[in-house]
Amino acid sequence: MDITTKNTQAPPPTEPPTATEQKRAARGATRPGDRIFLGLSRGSGILLLAIMAAIAVFLTYRASLAISKDEANFLTTFEWNATALPPKFGIAVLAFGTVVSSIIAMVIAVPIAVAIALFLTHYAPRRLSGPIAYVIDLLAAVPSIVYGLWGALILVPNMVGLFGWLDTYLGWTGIFSWEGGAPRSMLTVGILLAIMILPIVTNVSREVFRQAPQMIEEAALALGATRWEVIRMAVLPFGRSGVISASMLGLGRALGETMAVATVLSPTFDIQTSLLDPGGGTFAQNIASKFGEATEQGRDALIASGLVLFVITLLVNGAARAIIARRKEYSGANA
Amino acid sequence: MSNAVIKRPSTLQGARLPKWSPYAIAAGSAAVAIGVGLAAGLDSRIQWGLIAAILFVGGSYVIAARVEGTRQAKDRLATSLVWVAFLLAVIPLVSLVWVTVARGVKVLDVYFLTHSMGVVADTEPGGGIYAAILGSLEQVGLATLIGAPIGVLTAIYLVEYGRGNLSRAITFFVDVMTGIPSIVAGLFILSLMLMLDLEPFGFAGSLALAILMMPVVVRSTEEMLKLVPNELREASLALGIPKWRTILKVVLPTSIGGITTGIMLAIARIAGETAPVLLLVWGNPFINSNPFEGAQASLPLYIYQQYANSAGSGAAYDRAWAASLTLIAFVMILNLGARGIARWKAPKTGR
Repeated sequence: MDITTKNTQAPPPTEPPTATEQKRAARGATRPGDRIFLGLSRGSGILLLAIMAAIAVFLTYRASLAISKDEANFLTTFEWNATALPPKFGIAVLAFGTVVSSIIAMVIAVPIAVAIALFLTHYAPRRLSGPIAYVIDLLAAVPSIVYGLWGALILVPNMVGLFGWLDTYLGWTGIFSWEGGAPRSMLTVGILLAIMILPIVTNVSREVFRQAPQMIEEAALALGATRWEVIRMAVLPFGRSGVISASMLGLGRALGETMAVATVLSPTFDIQTSLLDPGGGTFAQNIASKFGEATEQGRDALIASGLVLFVITLLVNGAARAIIARRKEYSGANA
Repeated sequence: MSNAVIKRPSTLQGARLPKWSPYAIAAGSAAVAIGVGLAAGLDSRIQWGLIAAILFVGGSYVIAARVEGTRQAKDRLATSLVWVAFLLAVIPLVSLVWVTVARGVKVLDVYFLTHSMGVVADTEPGGGIYAAILGSLEQVGLATLIGAPIGVLTAIYLVEYGRGNLSRAITFFVDVMTGIPSIVAGLFILSLMLMLDLEPFGFAGSLALAILMMPVVVRSTEEMLKLVPNELREASLALGIPKWRTILKVVLPTSIGGITTGIMLAIARIAGETAPVLLLVWGNPFINSNPFEGAQASLPLYIYQQYANSAGSGAAYDRAWAASLTLIAFVMILNLGARGIARWKAPKTGR
């Protein structure tokens, strides 16, 4: 808000900016009300930074306690016996499950979300698109535990038929073979996560598509392009980076989702080659399910796995924000 | 001309399918899918829907390619894919709302809302969510008391004072904080509790929820403060009003509607958080109205525990659905109310 400061001081045009700055600082300091208020608001900002730092420091500290006692390799071990003597635990299964379920969610959700965003901006009758966007906003607010309950009690029984199909026609790939257990597997988890991240990916993509330059679209239409050609040539190239960052925001959610996975998945501590057979686990799910019986040592081990999750989500979200920020500069230069 | 288009291809304009053709193809593929589903005895509706979707997309492409040519066919393919994607997405969401309402109303009554589980076994009918509602309200209320002022003040700093490295760092970390998984916030407070050797209690949950709430409040408040026209600030400052009074008396009242909306949306978000509550508050079948001592109940946690401890019992599932319905109703009322306030109190920006 540069304009504000400039105008508050109403500097004579001849005065050099450094002098104004000094004067501003001096005057700001003379008023106790201003000093208190500035202190309060700056203090809150610094508190936020301190919290972030504290999260990193405390998680790292407790995690280091746990990992130093770990008798097995923390990154490559396929078991979680944090309370055993000697404690042996590793995150290999969790990392695998987290990545696999999130990838499934992305593969399903991103194309559908992009399609819905296009539907809302370019296909739906104008009278429909407003209310639909509103409903999608509301769906983003449905608590994850409700998705989890729905997934476990409604989605899981309905997946049986689909799993049978996949096993019959695609079972030979090994990825889609099914031994007939309850469909509480990575694929079901991925589908549920896809449904959950759909609203956020849709919302961000919609905003991007809405900003696509109308003149280029109209020019393409005037040259006789069909609607699809307009979208392919004018809208999608414009929105590509926006869609990527929207997907990464969705990915961040999918990676950290706890309750929906904990209710749907029937966890085991090994890696299933088939997406259809129940088993595996994710970081967040493992924390939620193992926490109840964990001793202090066990909790430290869970905190260690939480630290890994924290770092992964930081990287994913940071990347998404960086893309958005670059995009902002770019569109600002155009405006 | 339009008659000619429908009846036989005109030589001047490429042949077009009649306007009703997408509907006809949709109805046809739905009918075939139902037929196949019944004939082959496919019990899952998901399969029926997939068959219908594939038939519709493929059918409209083939028909359009034969009548209108490849370019038009591709356009129709894209259109039908977009519609199918939309319907595919709507179905689970409608199902979610429908099932929650239909199953939730079974046991949802005044008794359910005003009684707690107490000694009622999880597999038996009876009991209710009074303790859970009380716990949730206290935890979310305390979280709001901590998170909302810090969030609003931070946003004021960023918009009214902030420049330089500090505000850039805050902006960046607020963004990063938005993406923290709720369970990580829970683990952070848990690590503090392990160090101080504390037993689970309601306020610990509030702290984790406040961490989750702050970045949301900062973001929305920032947007709202940026909407306040600079002329208002200038007018006030020109009258010799100190900056802090300008902010309190001019800037905040102008944007109070939007700020309230943001806070309500943030409350709606944290009210449904289960993971940190699971780690820090534990849940309690008995009424514990003191958030500072002893395990407390909480509505989202109640849903999870009813599901997890049900041992397949219908009574527990019924209670879980009823609690879900209560939670969704609470969240939706907050959302709708927030949007109502936003519309009613929208700052006049002269756009």
